[in-house]
Amino acid sequence: MTSRTAATPIPVSPNAGVRKGETLSDELKRGLDAPICLTWELTYACNLACVHCLSSSGRRDPDELSTAEVINLIDQFAALQVFYVNIGGGEPTIRPDFYDLIDHATSSGVGVKFSTNGSRIDAAAARRLAAMDYTDIQLSIDGADAATNDAVRGEGSFATATAAMDHLAEAGFGPFKISVVMTRQNIGQLDAFEALANRYGAELRLTRLRPAGRGADSWHELHPRPEQQVDLYNWLIERPHVLTGDSFFHLNALGDENLPGLNLCGAGRVVCLIDPVGDVYACPFVLHDEFKAGSVRNPGGFAAVWRSSELFRSLREPQSAGACASCGQFDACQGGCMAAKFFTGLPLDGPDPECVSGHGEAALAAVAAGARPEPTSNHSKPAPVAFVTKPRR
Amino acid sequence: MACAVSTEPPGAAQTHPTTSSPPTSAILARRLRLHPRVAVRPEPFGALAYHYGNRRLNFLRSPDLVRLVNDLGNHPTVEAALLACEIAPSRWPSFSRALASLAASDFLETVEP
Repeated sequence: MTSRTAATPIPVSPNAGVRKGETLSDELKRGLDAPICLTWELTYACNLACVHCLSSSGRRDPDELSTAEVINLIDQFAALQVFYVNIGGGEPTIRPDFYDLIDHATSSGVGVKFSTNGSRIDAAAARRLAAMDYTDIQLSIDGADAATNDAVRGEGSFATATAAMDHLAEAGFGPFKISVVMTRQNIGQLDAFEALANRYGAELRLTRLRPAGRGADSWHELHPRPEQQVDLYNWLIERPHVLTGDSFFHLNALGDENLPGLNLCGAGRVVCLIDPVGDVYACPFVLHDEFKAGSVRNPGGFAAVWRSSELFRSLREPQSAGACASCGQFDACQGGCMAAKFFTGLPLDGPDPECVSGHGEAALAAVAAGARPEPTSNHSKPAPVAFVTKPRR
Repeated sequence: MACAVSTEPPGAAQTHPTTSSPPTSAILARRLRLHPRVAVRPEPFGALAYHYGNRRLNFLRSPDLVRLVNDLGNHPTVEAALLACEIAPSRWPSFSRALASLAASDFLETVEP
């Protein structure tokens, strides 16, 4: 906790009045009165069809929250002192009321960070965004060049994203974020991503590929190889300023030093996801009925789901380390990511599929055919979505 | 999207009161108050504090510290606030370190006389 990190909150403890032996992590595992990190997907509509889309987005759902419902939900966040929300989708800027919503949020004391593919950030939109007080933007790319990126995100998507970056830079937006999902194909480009971010004065944000949504089908081709995980860990240890959303804590068993962050699964404890129809899930990576806690449309709204849903209460109970209990690395990796295990058919109290000690491969080999969970929601467009590698031009 | 409590502020310097060594006794004479852009949200362990300006998050891990921080602005010095909040003098060094850390990250600001 002493390192200079951009992603770690500051625990201030006067060493008094704290329960004996309690760490901040212990306290957070029991849950908070309101989430710290709330991801809110505004629409399932998207002009792209990325092969790893966590929410299998594409088509708008006819039952998505109305403008009035969204405004009401923002008012609930303000009352709960949710300091900021992470807005995504789908492509959130497709909603015609997008700017009204972020205006309402920021003027209510709810800060907004939103993720976008950049397709709607033209010069005028960039100027409008630059004039807003509390809005952060994450532009998603998944390759440092068009060939690598477009294989995952679709033809032309790299040019679209970099055009949006140009518009933001010209408008004087300030340090936006470039957000990259780490894959087998792009981990070799870490330095190039850093150079790209430096060129724009942007911050680099790297996150873990999850086998959720359409990612369940592409994960086997895209997820990093074991030696690449070592490269990534070493690269990140040298760069504590690179943002990660705390998503690589499963790599902590690779060395003596932990990556910046609180090293815990925050699902249902400090993190949750609200989907476009108002359903609340334990984290952004588990859009599946098994991890659905309730709906903001039910009586009591969001607060009732967060505070009293059976699922969230159970996630705040002490969790069993299961098959990992006898592993000396458990304190470092915490057993890894619940979503990564669930969608690959692994037991939740066993090793992560990308366990750095290699226990994941054996566990994956033992998963019975058909044991992987079927998706419970899919908004993909009818056209097939496949990982396409094109020859470099 | 994040797994835990990533606030991802731009280029924030992090400090920890138990390992950094700010001048702790000097702070007793200062007049401090909560920065106007900081919001404090009560939690079972104390409170979360969020700075809308530098977008950093702080965990105030003691109900007494939360009480003190909220009350600082009503007193001419930190020492007066500690007395008014009935914080035992044996705890002043650790509270001073915590306040110094909060001041260093702009969660507290100096009130000009």
